[in-house]
Amino acid sequence: MDIIREIEKEQFKENLPQFSPGDTVKVHVKVIEGTRERIQIFEGVVISRKGSGIKENFTVRRVAYGVGVERTFPLHSPKIERIQVVRYGRVRRAKLYYLRKLTGKAARIKEKRRT
Amino acid sequence: MKKAILGRKVGMTQIFGDKGEAIPVTVVEAGPCTVVRKKSREIDGYEALQIGYLDIKDHRAGKPRLGQFQKAGLKAKKYLQEVTLEDMDSYDTGQEITAGIFSPGEKIDVVAVSRGKGFAGSIKRHNQHRGPMTHGSRYHRGPGSLGGVDAARVFKGQTLPGRMGGVRVTVQNLEVAKVYPERNLILIKGAIPGPRKGLVTIKSAAKAKAKA
Repeated sequence: MDIIREIEKEQFKENLPQFSPGDTVKVHVKVIEGTRERIQIFEGVVISRKGSGIKENFTVRRVAYGVGVERTFPLHSPKIERIQVVRYGRVRRAKLYYLRKLTGKAARIKEKRRT
Repeated sequence: MKKAILGRKVGMTQIFGDKGEAIPVTVVEAGPCTVVRKKSREIDGYEALQIGYLDIKDHRAGKPRLGQFQKAGLKAKKYLQEVTLEDMDSYDTGQEITAGIFSPGEKIDVVAVSRGKGFAGSIKRHNQHRGPMTHGSRYHRGPGSLGGVDAARVFKGQTLPGRMGGVRVTVQNLEVAKVYPERNLILIKGAIPGPRKGLVTIKSAAKAKAKA
């Protein structure tokens, strides 16, 4: 097992911010358009983090033009340039799938008080 | 040029490719292997290379085998296997074969003994479908009909429950994803047969299409 951990370690990203479900993040995604590469920002609430090691991924949900959009990113993917935490949310669950059924005021998340 | 090496399956993980895509890989600790003996047409009736993998203590090898290793002036090995290559003349007894002989992008065949599944039913063993679990069907996971009654016998090849797995399996045309020569590791795209720590033989693909 140690060999596998070593291989995974090589590809780990350093300087990843600490974030957990309920937090609002901006994900800077590298997008290739034809020959040009540019950065696209996807902002939303983290509703889950799953997996471990190199296989860890997280799902970000946002409501764009009245339509819920969820994107799942591998945490250590080279396609992600940067993850920026905008807001820390206070939630009592690890997976916030219940947000899918809620809209408007009910879908708000309280901000966590940081000391 | 054909190449071959012995190794042990370590497990699976994933790596990221050039375009940022996740590639599932199996990690194999391959080699260093040693050529223990060259079989020749004159003495053995056919040509082959006998390669050994994984050093063990002499007393673990058993006397008849130990003699073979001592004749070659080598340490005892846990595994011995014969491989047939095109350029066998270029190998000498005692020569080491390391993971560095393979490079990323190469097509390979992987041979290993698959995991034993024990006595398995025909659903697991032959991918048959199961019957309805409800509505009083009373027929759930059975093998189905064995054929017509006028034959008065069961035809050969009828898919029935029995021992599954634990047989030698070759998976063809797998791709080498990455190689760490200094750590004797080969990362193969996709899954390979056998349990972790199981012996695997990695060979150049027999049916690979030549690159244009």
